[in-house]
Amino acid sequence: MREGLDDLPHFLALHLELTLFALLVGVALSVPLGIISAKSRVLGPLLLGLAGVAQTIPSLALLALMVPCLAALGAPSIGFLPAFVALVVYSVLPVLRNTVTGFTNIDPALLEAARGVGMSPRQTLYYVELPTALPMIAAGVRTAAVWTVGAATLATPVGAQSLGNYIFTGLQTRNVSLVLIGCFSAALLSLVLDGLARLLLLGVERPRGAAFGAGIVALGALYGCAGLTAIDQLRQGSSGQVIVGTKTFTEQYILAEALAGYLRAAGKSVQVAPSLGSSVLFDGLSAGTIDLGVDYSGTIWANVLKRDDAPASRDAGLNEIRSALSNRYGVVLVAPLGFDNTYAIAVRRNVTATFALKSLSDLAAHSRDLVIGADYEFFARPEWKALRSRYGLVFREQRSMDPSLVYQAASSGQVDVVCAFSTDGRLAAFDLVVLEDNLQVMPRYDAILLASGKFARKNPSVLKALAGLAGSLDVPHMRAMNKAVDQEGRTPAVAAAPLLQSWLARAAN
Amino acid sequence: MPPAMIRVEDLSKSYSSGAVVQGVSFEVPRGEVLSIVGRSGSGKTTTLKMLNRLIEPDAGRVYIDGEDTAKVSGETLRRNVGYVFQRVGLFPRMTVAENVGITPKLLGMASDQISRRVDELLDLVELDGSLRTRLPSSLSGGEQQRVGLARALAARPRILLLDEPFAALDPLTRERLQQVFLRLRQELQLTAVLVTHDLVEAFLLSTRIAVMRSGQLIQLALPEELLRRPANSYVRDLLDVPRRQARLFERFSERSEDA
Repeated sequence: MREGLDDLPHFLALHLELTLFALLVGVALSVPLGIISAKSRVLGPLLLGLAGVAQTIPSLALLALMVPCLAALGAPSIGFLPAFVALVVYSVLPVLRNTVTGFTNIDPALLEAARGVGMSPRQTLYYVELPTALPMIAAGVRTAAVWTVGAATLATPVGAQSLGNYIFTGLQTRNVSLVLIGCFSAALLSLVLDGLARLLLLGVERPRGAAFGAGIVALGALYGCAGLTAIDQLRQGSSGQVIVGTKTFTEQYILAEALAGYLRAAGKSVQVAPSLGSSVLFDGLSAGTIDLGVDYSGTIWANVLKRDDAPASRDAGLNEIRSALSNRYGVVLVAPLGFDNTYAIAVRRNVTATFALKSLSDLAAHSRDLVIGADYEFFARPEWKALRSRYGLVFREQRSMDPSLVYQAASSGQVDVVCAFSTDGRLAAFDLVVLEDNLQVMPRYDAILLASGKFARKNPSVLKALAGLAGSLDVPHMRAMNKAVDQEGRTPAVAAAPLLQSWLARAAN
Repeated sequence: MPPAMIRVEDLSKSYSSGAVVQGVSFEVPRGEVLSIVGRSGSGKTTTLKMLNRLIEPDAGRVYIDGEDTAKVSGETLRRNVGYVFQRVGLFPRMTVAENVGITPKLLGMASDQISRRVDELLDLVELDGSLRTRLPSSLSGGEQQRVGLARALAARPRILLLDEPFAALDPLTRERLQQVFLRLRQELQLTAVLVTHDLVEAFLLSTRIAVMRSGQLIQLALPEELLRRPANSYVRDLLDVPRRQARLFERFSERSEDA
């Protein structure tokens, strides 16, 4: 809890930066668009329809969609920008809709009076229409503010930091207090912004009042804070700070902490960008927005190299990956860390006893009576397709869920069979038994340290030292560290401490 | 006879639903008030709105002080013609002073000058200066229409147009405002066109009366001439209503005195 709260100003400032700037741009776009829509019979329904469609896209999906969209445009597709663009899109609808409503609800007699006293269309807009529609527009801004604060917590997987980092990391490492910090501060922030918007509205209705002054000062302070954060980030971005990216599971957080410690010992300034989407990490390395990260050979083989055959051997596979990544993406394979985190099919111990299960071939004979659960990714992966066809696995039901809930679901009997990771500390903790891949269908998932081409070029000596970490970590050690976080409630940094010590000792020798 | 302040020649307007105003011509000499009366849908308000091009005529010409109104922009024209609206005339989010001073502001008058003018006008329509900073919604109907009148006069317009200005007021307030209007007419030598349903009002406030029916001008005459020689049964019927009402009221009050 204590450690979580230390980071709160940092994440709050980043959340504020993301939210306030998205809101500013969103409002600046949607008010003029709303005015045009209200006055045009063709454009109005069209724009409202488009905004409505954008709104029906779940916010998490909209954020994820921004990554390939921006990449296709050649813009930075990881980090602040995709989150920012998605939030801008998200904030448009309520303001657009309310602006249109505000304008179309104006009594035509009032507009005639404006013409009657000799106002031009522009003067009518400024003196009559905008002031009359303002309360409605402001209500839209309030809605947009609350939505944007909420949706910004989902920006973590695309690499933008926000209060969502607490929620994603907390869920993954079973740290409820982190999740609560994230949720409560986001809720509080949206209450504050909503209250502020209301204050400003009161002020607009009664200009020059105390409420208006206070609202302006508070809003100015918030934007000042967001602006300073942005400047700070830009400065850091150009100051050679090393960004270590992680995917969304415990092992990744631990390795990132160990790597960060190792680099800091080498005199580098390091920032961890946690909980990135699986492909977002690789895209970031490829684009140079992420400097270092740990990926898995099987994942790269199937998802990046698009191969569905098996490599001839572990070394052959790694060599092929090394040259393909370097040639096609400029990404450097620094070192295989030593352990292999493959997909493993596991069942509750009492199920193995009932059906006398030892291997996946045994499982195939009984799978029609069983329910399998896995993370969102697994059922779409080629490994699953290969397993299913080679062993003839057909289950009564397939359930996708958040990776952090899979083991719990097996342990409580909601599913019988799970797709697990071989290094996962929770396998032992929940008393799950890994079934043997007796036909050797599963490819290897060697943990490999990857570096962006930009980082590799700028830091040859660091890269050399990192290459020395090859083979430094085996499966039992990795599983023990995972267990320390998932079961014993240690923070990833604490769990990573012994590994960091051994790495530093290695470097000293 | 002095030259006409307003000259209307063969004014017409039609919508997809049919002709609303057909070939209307009349003149209003300087310092006169013309009332246009007629039943609903007779085209009187459309005629009025074409005088300052709130509605653009399909055909015909309007001259104000000898100038063809089609030759200036609609906005310039309207800044120089006072207009009093039937209802929601005032801007709800502007104060009384801002409402009254809007046309001078649009004409580019300096703000201290506008402020002095607003004081004069509130005085003229017998409103207390303390109302300056109030919003229209906090005023009574009578006060609102006084503000409307003050606003129409703010830029010292050459002519004033009034669209059923007192129709929504209670009888006592209406009578008081009619007195205000008569006094202003006298003091300012107003040239005005007034649209009303109320024949008594027309007789009370105007120099001459124009009767419209189905978009056409049926008769334009001095009040006494209208009473003496109504052009047709439509005019006669219109005039009969207040007469009948007056007789009825007379009879009621006699009966109550007898009792």
